[in-house]
Amino acid sequence: MSQAKPRFSPAAVARGALVPVLAIALWQALSSSGLINQVVLPSPVAVVERWWAYLLPTEPYDPAQSSWILWALSGEMLFDAWSSLYRVVLGFAVGAGLALPLGLAMGGNPRIYALFDPLMQVLRPIPPIAYIPLSILWFGLGNPPAIFLIAIGAFFPVLMNTIAGVRHVDGIYLRAARNLGAGRLTMFVRVILPAATPYILAGARIGIGTAFIVVIVSEMIAVNSGLGFRILEAREFMWSDKIIAGMFTIGLLGLAIDIGMNRLNNHLLRWHRGLEN
Amino acid sequence: MMSMLKTVADTAPVPAAAPVQIQVRGVEKTFAVGAQKIVALQNIDLDIRKGEFVCLLGPSGCGKSTLLNAVAGFQPPTKGTVTVDGRTITEPGPDRGMVFQEYALFPWMTVAQNVAFGLEIKGMSKAEIAERVEWLLQKLHLQDFRNRFPKDLSGGMRQRVAIARVLALDSPILLMDEPFGALDALTRRTLQDELLRIWEEVGKTILFVTHSIEESIYLADRIIVMTYRPGTIKRDVAVDMPRPRDGSAPEFNRLKRELSQMVMEEQQRFSQDEIRSVTAD
Repeated sequence: MSQAKPRFSPAAVARGALVPVLAIALWQALSSSGLINQVVLPSPVAVVERWWAYLLPTEPYDPAQSSWILWALSGEMLFDAWSSLYRVVLGFAVGAGLALPLGLAMGGNPRIYALFDPLMQVLRPIPPIAYIPLSILWFGLGNPPAIFLIAIGAFFPVLMNTIAGVRHVDGIYLRAARNLGAGRLTMFVRVILPAATPYILAGARIGIGTAFIVVIVSEMIAVNSGLGFRILEAREFMWSDKIIAGMFTIGLLGLAIDIGMNRLNNHLLRWHRGLEN
Repeated sequence: MMSMLKTVADTAPVPAAAPVQIQVRGVEKTFAVGAQKIVALQNIDLDIRKGEFVCLLGPSGCGKSTLLNAVAGFQPPTKGTVTVDGRTITEPGPDRGMVFQEYALFPWMTVAQNVAFGLEIKGMSKAEIAERVEWLLQKLHLQDFRNRFPKDLSGGMRQRVAIARVLALDSPILLMDEPFGALDALTRRTLQDELLRIWEEVGKTILFVTHSIEESIYLADRIIVMTYRPGTIKRDVAVDMPRPRDGSAPEFNRLKRELSQMVMEEQQRFSQDEIRSVTAD
């Protein structure tokens, strides 16, 4: 491992940057040539400026009002990103928190599976977005309908993978555990659950990806904060530079969530053969 | 012909004074494969004494693993009974620790956690578990690997962990299903020697399935040669040689020749069956 090539050799960086740099140059050329209206496609410089302004605090620093750190974090973007992240995490926790026990029960017990599977098969193909009207009717405006939609988005991927994970536990582990004298509870908690974690985590990863899509959509309809809300608001003012700056931020947050999930995955599955390298 | 080949009690087991621990009576096991009925075991009678090291030897499909699984309690026989210390076996249990060919270690547990698992199930105290695990890791030369996961171990090391895991249970009986079958020759010999050393030290009854004639002669007090379908006991051979046994000794080779002939007869029936099943399609 210590002898591996550095990941960021100058040549690799140059090669990786080539296409983005060319794309940005083309974009800049198009917008400064005047061929395209600035409202339709603002220049990259304008977008970066706007992104920076979106990041920075709106009020001047006042030591009497708050600490320096709080002031530095008081920018609109950070608040929006925090709002979105909060909804994703809460919605995901609700959805996955319901899917995991149900999936374990359905995977482990054929009778429970037979009872619940038909309903799940009917509900599963309905996209979470289709629940928007109902969610507003049931929960009004604000965070509750958003959390509801996100939870639905996270629920099914986690459920399906948990069921598959429990069903695919290698029989040899069950035999070995029975031979060691494991009872039903020990078997489930110490053998079946860990053996199913690779599947469950794969489901969680899909689930949080869905949750992130749904949070942006739900913020466009039901709330007045968050990254999804912000880019829709910017459209009303024809601030295309802010729309793009907001989209860029959504991408960054999505990337951060994915990196976080990946880290968690690698930690929880550090025993797993698939990660050998 | 079958009756002539059946159990031969002329070669008495080595520790003749020890009480019978595993008693197999009239065991039959049939499987349905599609419309076909396969008789894996037929009319098996076998007594294994306390402290004996017994090998079940035979080609693939002779039912040796099926017999082991019946003793383990994983697959109850269709007919007949298996009793251990007078109790009829109906399910697997920690009194008959099993070592599998495919190791069957829990990959999410470290070496030490794998060894400790059976003790935790037993409800031993943390201090006792730690002490016993430590002792076993020392005994199987695993102390430097205690915090590794199975994926980071070689096959030989994994099988050491599996052996430590069943030894932890302190069960009177060890069941071993071709435990060294997947290992290279040198590792295999090292583990055979360690198994013998442990067996002599802790005095367990071992029922060991193998298809290696040399392995069975090297290890066993008694070798049970099995026939191919239906699986019956072809011969019950006592191995009366002092240990460590020398693979180049004339006695060893004489026995090897004898057993080879018996096993090859069954192997040929197995091959013919395989060829027939292929050409039938």
